[in-house]
Amino acid sequence: MSEVALPRGEAHPRRFPVGWMVAAIVALAVLVPYVAPGTFGWAKSYPATWIVPISDWLKAFLYWLARDATFGLFTFKDMTRFISGLFGHALDVPKALLSTGITLGDEDGAFHIPRLSWAGLIAAVTIWSYLLGGARLALLGFVGFAYILVFGQWDSAMVTLSQVIVAVLSGVIGGILVGILAYRVPRIEGAVVAALDFMQTVPTFAYLVPLVFLVGVGPVSGMLATILYAMPPMVRVTMMALKRVPPELEELARMTGCEPRQALWKVLVPSARDDLLVGVNQVIMLTLNMIIIAAMIGAGGLGFDVLNALRQANGLGKGLEAGLAVVALAIVLDRMSRALVEMRPVHGPAAQRRRQLFWLGLVVLLGFTALSFLVPALEKLPNEYRVSTGSMWSDVVSWVNINMFATTDAIRTFLLLYLLVPVKTFLIGFPWVGLLAVVGGGAYALGGARFALGMMALIAFIPVAGLWERGMTTIYLCSIAVIIAMLIGLPLGLLGSRSERMHGFLGAMCDTLQTLPSFVYLLPVVMLFRIGDVSALVAIVLYAMVPAIRFTDHGLRRVPPSLQEAGTMAGCTGMQRLTKVELPYALPEIMLGVNQVIMMALSMLVVSSFVGTNDLGKQIQVAISQADPGKGLSAGLAIAFLGILADRMIGRFVAARRQRMGL
Amino acid sequence: MAMVSLAPDTASSSAKVRAATDAPAALICRNLWKIYGANAEGFLRENPMPSHAEVRAAGLFAAVRDASLEIRQGEIFIIMGLSGSGKSTLVRCLSRLVEPTGGSVFYEHQNLLRMSPAELIQVRRHKMGMVFQNFALLPHRTVLGNVAFPLEVQGLPKEEREARALKMIDLVGLTERAGYYPRELSGGQQQRVGIARSLAVEPALWFLDEPFSALDPLIRHEMQNEFLRLQRMLSKTIVFITHDFDEAIRLGDRIAIMKDGAVIQVGTAEELVLNPASDYVSAFTRHVARAKVLTAGGVSVPVTPGETLGAAVPARALVAEVAEAVLTSDLPAAVVDADGVIIGKLERASVIANLVGGVS
Repeated sequence: MSEVALPRGEAHPRRFPVGWMVAAIVALAVLVPYVAPGTFGWAKSYPATWIVPISDWLKAFLYWLARDATFGLFTFKDMTRFISGLFGHALDVPKALLSTGITLGDEDGAFHIPRLSWAGLIAAVTIWSYLLGGARLALLGFVGFAYILVFGQWDSAMVTLSQVIVAVLSGVIGGILVGILAYRVPRIEGAVVAALDFMQTVPTFAYLVPLVFLVGVGPVSGMLATILYAMPPMVRVTMMALKRVPPELEELARMTGCEPRQALWKVLVPSARDDLLVGVNQVIMLTLNMIIIAAMIGAGGLGFDVLNALRQANGLGKGLEAGLAVVALAIVLDRMSRALVEMRPVHGPAAQRRRQLFWLGLVVLLGFTALSFLVPALEKLPNEYRVSTGSMWSDVVSWVNINMFATTDAIRTFLLLYLLVPVKTFLIGFPWVGLLAVVGGGAYALGGARFALGMMALIAFIPVAGLWERGMTTIYLCSIAVIIAMLIGLPLGLLGSRSERMHGFLGAMCDTLQTLPSFVYLLPVVMLFRIGDVSALVAIVLYAMVPAIRFTDHGLRRVPPSLQEAGTMAGCTGMQRLTKVELPYALPEIMLGVNQVIMMALSMLVVSSFVGTNDLGKQIQVAISQADPGKGLSAGLAIAFLGILADRMIGRFVAARRQRMGL
Repeated sequence: MAMVSLAPDTASSSAKVRAATDAPAALICRNLWKIYGANAEGFLRENPMPSHAEVRAAGLFAAVRDASLEIRQGEIFIIMGLSGSGKSTLVRCLSRLVEPTGGSVFYEHQNLLRMSPAELIQVRRHKMGMVFQNFALLPHRTVLGNVAFPLEVQGLPKEEREARALKMIDLVGLTERAGYYPRELSGGQQQRVGIARSLAVEPALWFLDEPFSALDPLIRHEMQNEFLRLQRMLSKTIVFITHDFDEAIRLGDRIAIMKDGAVIQVGTAEELVLNPASDYVSAFTRHVARAKVLTAGGVSVPVTPGETLGAAVPARALVAEVAEAVLTSDLPAAVVDADGVIIGKLERASVIANLVGGVS
């Protein structure tokens, strides 16, 4: 008892100043290689002879997997073939319905059953949108699909839509099943959560590499990559949704004598409907995002058009057209699935009206399709009715190039000369031992020695795997992008927290920015800044800015009014209240936003390597084109490790901060 | 047993269906324990009667401590206690929603705790019904779908289960709303659905877990009346949980009072008021409207030989019911048992004291 009563300093003998020691070691590790490059050259640039051939090992492992691995009864290759065959057949159904139609018999006496008529589909989408969300949603659905039709994107869009349908169904069903399993079996839950955490930090592209190698190039492997990417959130949502079902409902199931299966399917899952539908919405959006990227491994559809445009010098106009079609599809599907979440069961006439609208949509769809036996124009809109803005967009592009070239080029040159190139040179020339020491020192301050060792192991992967230059390029682009995104996002979030109108406006803007598949961001950016680091940077900032705004707004809004009043009554000026009361209180929340920004920046970095940066993303991209799975995987791992590093460090900081404030 | 009442028009105020005190026990639990924590079973095997301190020292927590109850056929048995007293856990042990750590639960001479999962499912499907505090309605089903749910689980064909469910819905007066979804109903209506659903399988044993606690006071009163009306028709064996002593008095034939997981006293409301087992019980009963709890027989005093008495009042009548008769007479009332034999007298002073309350 007497120990508790004593002041802390007297209860413990004077401790060795570990903190200062660590700081000194970090300073030495950074400075010495600069001061004495002769003796300590090995500490500056990582010696080539020390590089561990991790990518070769990964390559050998994947080759073994593809050639020799066997489960006894069947080989790994049999399994991947079976899976790709299964999904190939699953894809045939919506593809026949939406895209190709069905041709029976051989060429001479061929009988063609047309695909679903565009007129029917547009009408049905409009009616169903009306059913889900009223006149506004109906208008949105109509305009979105009409755009796709009129601007000649229908064929590509339907290819993409068929893949989306199969991927979303598989992702949702698979996600629910895995989620249920994890909910039911506590031992599996831990493994599933760990796997989900890891999968969320692996950049999208890294999924593509091994899939290309194991399944091959084509729509099916694109779809498989998409499912792998879009399913984890559904698993997470399912676990959370089932946990949130009130315990009384579970008791009800047991008291009414439900067998476990009845309890699950009749009580738990239906009661979790709303949360599960939120998961469905997420799966749809992630699927659209990924299916466009998967065009790189032959998924086709709208993604291919966008990609193709980026590859050609003068294709930007066409690319923008396809990009806008992607945007239209994404927004319509997003708003429809969100409206589904909001929809509540009703009884009586209202329910009857819903049923009637549903059937009306179906009848119109099939009616127009039946008509298209007689009127082929209803199956495929003749070219003369199409509008192409391709030339218009090309004109816009050239107009921009002619009239704004001076401005954009000045911005570009300025950024490159005074920001990008110096930082890049500095970071690439940074001693690797120093980087390890900086990470280790920071981690030590946040979480002690063991935590520091773990974090240092993560960052050490980059030099050890021989990825120094590309890795540091990644770090440089990512950190500059994150800083700029925060510089834009913080004030915007602050404005949003102060005014309801701004809050609404920013909310709508963030919604739209998040709905757009990441690939689409590249088009306008390339138009303005051409190929290079600046384009990549701008695209990353645009894409990653959203959480900075959202979390700042949300964090500041959560400051209790009593605390603000206390600040005001203490005589704070507005600025003082912000910096001394509100920002410190909201800091943990804002840091979570920073965390999100980093994650999004890392994933966008890989996508934007397409417009010409020489980072880890580029290596993945090269690996895809060269079918070298080892290189792609090791680069993917390096990015994942960077993500985990940032996530854990910020996580520690936030937890410590919250604990100190008693939140 | 016929109810004798001087004032039939006030009968509704004490409309309890007084169960026969000699009815056989339907649900019996003996030495029931529920201890939470690592290896609670082993701990209880080694210390069959651990004290509070021993349980705490072992790093465990006892939610139910050595509870023994006999619930009679057709009675409304109230388990009453403040939050954290273990009443919810106890009732869940009785239905085995929570697995007891030790002791036994007998229903119709079968040990519930020895039953296989399959047997338990059968008992729950056909013998038990439960009403929940927060209604526990399935949000995706209509009123009809909710009430038919237990029958659907049993595998009854659609027509039959809906016909039976409609009868129950009619019983609670919601026929007009059979097609509505729960979120379209008021709290009181939602709990009516919960009640109809729990009765759909025509259970013999009816558990109600604070069924009216989530409702507004006015609605609560209305639902209590509804509950008494149903019980007069159905005569179930009822285990009813509440934290509200007034509700316990109003509805219960017998009341068990719980504190810190243990049952401290079991008795009728009158017994609890007249002979509280501890200060804890008397703290509950202190503010009770005594005239509505005590019977004429309970507060009568012996007759002095040769004394002149006024009108006769039945021993089982509540003081409140006979108050007018006693107070308007100059003589003390004669308290008679069911056979008309005088067993004591009821004086005006005693009636007034109990009407005003606050007399210990």
